[in-house]
Amino acid sequence: MTDIAAFDETQQRGLTKRKLWMSVLLHGLLIGGSFIMLYPLLWMLSASFRPEEEIFSSTSLIPSSISFDAYPRGWFGLQESFGTFFWNSFVISILCVIGNLMACSLAAYAFARLNFWGRNFWFAIMLGTLMLPYHVTLVPQYVLFLNLGWVGTFLPLVVPKYLAVDAFFIFLMVQFFRGIPRELTEAAMMDGCSAWRIYWKVMLPLSLPVLATAAIFTFIWTWDDFFGPLIYLTDMRDYTVQLGLRSFVDSTGLSDWSGLFAMSILSLVPVFFFFLFFQRLLIEGIATTGLKR
Amino acid sequence: MSTSVKLSKVYKRFGNVEVIHGIDLTVDPGEFTVFVGPSGCGKSTLLRMIAGLEPISGGELLIDDELMNEVPPAKRGIAMVFQSYALYPHMTVYKNLAFGLETAGMRKSEIEDRVRRAAEILQIGQLLDRKPKQLSGGQRQRVAIGRAIVREPRIFLFDEPLSNLDAELRVQMRVEIAKLHRDLGNTMIYVTHDQVEAMTMADKIVVLRMGHVEQVGAPLELYNRPANRFVAGFIGSPKMNFLNAGIEGADARSAAIRVGGGKIALPRPARSASAGQKIEFGVRPEHITIEQRDGRIPFAAAKVDLVENLGGQTLLYTTLADGQSLTISLDGQRAIEVGATVETFIDPATCHLFDAEGRII
Repeated sequence: MTDIAAFDETQQRGLTKRKLWMSVLLHGLLIGGSFIMLYPLLWMLSASFRPEEEIFSSTSLIPSSISFDAYPRGWFGLQESFGTFFWNSFVISILCVIGNLMACSLAAYAFARLNFWGRNFWFAIMLGTLMLPYHVTLVPQYVLFLNLGWVGTFLPLVVPKYLAVDAFFIFLMVQFFRGIPRELTEAAMMDGCSAWRIYWKVMLPLSLPVLATAAIFTFIWTWDDFFGPLIYLTDMRDYTVQLGLRSFVDSTGLSDWSGLFAMSILSLVPVFFFFLFFQRLLIEGIATTGLKR
Repeated sequence: MSTSVKLSKVYKRFGNVEVIHGIDLTVDPGEFTVFVGPSGCGKSTLLRMIAGLEPISGGELLIDDELMNEVPPAKRGIAMVFQSYALYPHMTVYKNLAFGLETAGMRKSEIEDRVRRAAEILQIGQLLDRKPKQLSGGQRQRVAIGRAIVREPRIFLFDEPLSNLDAELRVQMRVEIAKLHRDLGNTMIYVTHDQVEAMTMADKIVVLRMGHVEQVGAPLELYNRPANRFVAGFIGSPKMNFLNAGIEGADARSAAIRVGGGKIALPRPARSASAGQKIEFGVRPEHITIEQRDGRIPFAAAKVDLVENLGGQTLLYTTLADGQSLTISLDGQRAIEVGATVETFIDPATCHLFDAEGRII
């Protein structure tokens, strides 16, 4: 009896030990992987604090001395302060988020719930536009906006978002709306709701997760967009953060690298907080338990 | 004042497929009408057409003699309780009840009055601040009914409202809906596939099959005088026994029938039958006894294969001499051995004869 118990215990201990080693190994691998992925970011963060001459000569993440000078220098280092760029980026991104949420959800609602002639055909066409690269439509779009006199303003960056141009989000929302039980729409119809009121009072409140997804990605993509602003914005007073960052790299070779890295770090902050705020909605989801299945 | 509903040659087509084939039906004011039938018979579609949720492909729908085919659902004076309850998950119970009234632009004080009154009728006053996910199945069902009540509709439509509840709650809600009908006096149309619900609640039952009306009538009329084999089989539990039989001879006063390995003489006219005709002989399990009583005639000897004692009732599953199965339902508790042979007796008045097409003879 004792032998067996002792044997069991030894085996048990062996197993626990093996499990522990596996766990250590796994965590080691994961931490190592995370570090490799985070290294550029950490390097940039460290570069924003280190002396200018040390930036490209040292591979260490720990600076020899820490200085915050790069931040005010970067902020006021250009013809316009970074406050202007942040404001511009913020205005464009928020307007784009609002536009995308409104227009895409309306288009998606129509595709998901309303009956109209050629619905499937138009849905297929809409999906087809997913495959069009941005660069294909760029030139005709530029000509169009030039003729409208919009080049040099925010309008080319913002107005299209109010016309449901992001097929990806429309598709995402159509799929989500289709998952909302039809009985809810019918109950609302019996309650006397128009199609518009059903959209506003029933569909949208139940679609917070998909709306949050669309909001997060629209914000990140717009905030990070470099190409669009580069083409359409000409005056430095209208520049977004991304264009501002580019302005640090001087063609004469006299670039303020630590200022650039400092502002790059700051440019990540809004995206980080936006994500932090909306991801709660993503996870929360919605309990559609008004229906018993 | 109650409202009548009239369907006249109503058709429904989905593309090329016709699912409702020209139904004529009148629901009288204040009547509790139940649409009953197996899955896919078109009962829910018919209800949704009355509600205005499905367009009518042909024919006319009249509510209080007013043509309603093109009138939107909210303008028909109808409220509907859905099978899944369809409560708005993001609104509180109060909001759920008030939503339709708010949409109609009613004053706040009146909305509150109506919601409180409905909550009182259904005893859900203490739940008004809760969200649907915090309610039990029965409570959700009450809220769904409350949402219909507050609108003070002319007609209530129920689409299998009890099918998601457990057996006990179903019986309780059945009683409550019947009581609600008695108190409010509105016209109600109720869809179910459960014939017990139909029998217990209805003033009038409409039996549907494959988009046709098989029979319309009061519950007991359908039970006692089914128009065809389908209705006879559908109404009543356990199901009616159908035995292959043949007519030996028939005249204006009686019919001689070969059934279950023997012969019986039914003292009733069977004019439309002719000698040698193959028929089906129908008799309900509860109309068969194993004792001779007044007015009963000997039927057949049956070998008992299985006995089910339900306490108040004993079910015998038996086989007749010609190999056909016969179910017998006896009152009370009986000590009958499996394998025993029992003599059975029937009342000729409760027997039904069906021709090859299933029509009553």
